[in-house]
Amino acid sequence: MLSKKEDEWLYTISGKRKLIDFNFKEIWRYRDLLFLFVKRDIVTLYKQTILGPLWYLIQPLFTSVIFTLIFNNLGQIKTGSIPPFLFNLAGITAWNYFRDCLNNTSSTFTKNQNIFGKVYFPRVILPMSITISNLLKFGIQLLIFIGFFVYYYTTGYELSINSNIILFPVYVVIMAMLGLGLGMIFSSLTTKYRDITVLLTFAVQLLMYVSAVPYPMSEAKAKFPPLVAKIVEYNPLTQIMEGFRYMLLDIGEFNLTRFLYTLGISLFIFLIGLVIFNRTEKSFIDTV
Amino acid sequence: MSEVILKVEHISKQYRLGLVGTGTLSHDLKRWFYKLRGKEDPYLKIGDTNDRSKAAKSDYVWAIKDINFEVKRGEVLGIIGKNGAGKSTLLKILSRVTSPTTGQIKTKGRIASLLEVGTGFHPELTGKENIYLNGAILGMTKAEIKAKEQEIVEFSGCQRYIDTPVKRYSSGMRVRLAFAVAAFLEPDILVVDEVLAVGDAEFQKKAIGKMQDISKGDGRTVLFVSHNMAAVENLCTRAILLENGKVKFEGDTKDCIQMYLKGKKTTSSDFDSKFIKKVRMLNKNNEVSDQFVMGEDFILEITSSGIKNTTGLHLGFFIKDTYEQKLTAFSTAMKSVVVEQNNGLDEEVFLFKIKKPNLIQGDYIIDISVSFKKGGRLDFIDSAISFNVVASDVYGNGVLLNSHFGKIYLDVETTLKINS
Repeated sequence: MLSKKEDEWLYTISGKRKLIDFNFKEIWRYRDLLFLFVKRDIVTLYKQTILGPLWYLIQPLFTSVIFTLIFNNLGQIKTGSIPPFLFNLAGITAWNYFRDCLNNTSSTFTKNQNIFGKVYFPRVILPMSITISNLLKFGIQLLIFIGFFVYYYTTGYELSINSNIILFPVYVVIMAMLGLGLGMIFSSLTTKYRDITVLLTFAVQLLMYVSAVPYPMSEAKAKFPPLVAKIVEYNPLTQIMEGFRYMLLDIGEFNLTRFLYTLGISLFIFLIGLVIFNRTEKSFIDTV
Repeated sequence: MSEVILKVEHISKQYRLGLVGTGTLSHDLKRWFYKLRGKEDPYLKIGDTNDRSKAAKSDYVWAIKDINFEVKRGEVLGIIGKNGAGKSTLLKILSRVTSPTTGQIKTKGRIASLLEVGTGFHPELTGKENIYLNGAILGMTKAEIKAKEQEIVEFSGCQRYIDTPVKRYSSGMRVRLAFAVAAFLEPDILVVDEVLAVGDAEFQKKAIGKMQDISKGDGRTVLFVSHNMAAVENLCTRAILLENGKVKFEGDTKDCIQMYLKGKKTTSSDFDSKFIKKVRMLNKNNEVSDQFVMGEDFILEITSSGIKNTTGLHLGFFIKDTYEQKLTAFSTAMKSVVVEQNNGLDEEVFLFKIKKPNLIQGDYIIDISVSFKKGGRLDFIDSAISFNVVASDVYGNGVLLNSHFGKIYLDVETTLKINS
């Protein structure tokens, strides 16, 4: 009788931690919260701004113009038959999504310590909701890209979408995993060491330049020193950027090995992020 | 019926004192190095008990240590104790906000906490949107909230403003709405901390009633933490007294409250605080005492250092009843101080002569505060000293006032005018 009763405990709170200790059932129970967070983010993002969601358009457009001026006009980077502006816009659209996921999730613990300090819900819900609500911004920016694509197409440029476009959602998921995974790792580190926040801001900026955002991989191979070219080549983000441009603009080539490599790395970082995040969430409130 | 729903076993929680960020990396490395060699965490062994007023010997402190108790289904358990006794830490562990250092808690039901109401309210969202968001944060599903939405809105009494962003709400309205959401939660175990400190009297009454319904009607289990002894006595079927991170008493609510109040009583106290050194009370014959007769003058003597030499610094005190309700206060900022030179002493002694105190018989507690006139409290001693007022025939006609007449009596001149 007694031993049977012992088994009936719903859950146990203890200080001991297992390495992998996910409670998927619990996360599923809180799914409504996930959607409510997404809704909150979207509804409140541009409250009390004048331009509102127009900010979504302004930032990538201006960045693309600057990139075109600096890298293509001044730096003589060749983009083949593709207009440089469109080439840059494709890269920036994809990069922005990754960057936003990383930046926004990396402050999960520090920004939400107020609410985390009072109630319990699976903490991972928050970074997940950020990744999802960023999809809206990504979608709007993609629409601008499509708009310019159609514009250039009608003015006589030879543009075509690759048939591998069916892989598009897969690439978005890979990018989300990578951004979320890295974001979770950094958010866990920032609870104790705030230096990471400062580091992250400019590290992400630098990362863009070794991720083949404003130039194609072929140019990097031809013009960079061999070591730097290798770094760029094995950077999973490069493969994602190349993949996006391959699908949207049909430049470059699709390499299954590289695709699987990128997928593997992203999945690995995502899982590492989850493990670290899970370990941190239990008692971060004491150190934050 | 009397099934154990929550079992707390040897729960302890250790905190590091001082600034986090200085030396954490080295401590982390040392910990990791010990772990690598298969040894115990070197910082777990050291650590003082949690006594706020004494200087710490080590950098680590046990906020709560070796707490054990069981809660049965349908019980309302009160948790009382002085500030810093470990109540909030215990609740934080129970609500899984932080994890214990050692020990474990087993539960048969879902625990939802009401640590501070209004958690997760977004100022830009409307009242209704916040009901959904807050409900979900507290663990309800959308369908559950939808089913209760009408009741929640009605209970909060904010119907008119339900589609207005919460940032336009008054703080009282925010609390009402937040409590309403939480009150309609249906966890097996509800954890409540000090919510009743806010809101107006009418709402507090409503809230206490609701909590009684929750525990009595639906057989829900409630853990209730409060400094409001009246509310604890009213609501709880059993209580636990925490002191310095340990369970000092567990059992009947009334006994527990008595024990708690007894612990606060002292006649003359020495302090090791920054300004206050010693506190005594003297009766009208200048004898040290803690018993005063109703209506007779008494003196509060506070020996301090450094107050007179700091410009703008004032010494004050609060008189409160045993239920922690403040009755009145006085400070040197209110009335100028008569300074007497006394060459024999190198410390300063403040003598507050309280003339004709209109206190009815009963127990009273004094808090002492050192602060600047414009605000900014430098020192505060909670329950520095307590005293007892003995009944006396203040009106001179044989009527003895007791607690039934409240805490304060008035010196009234009644005139009756009759037209003739």
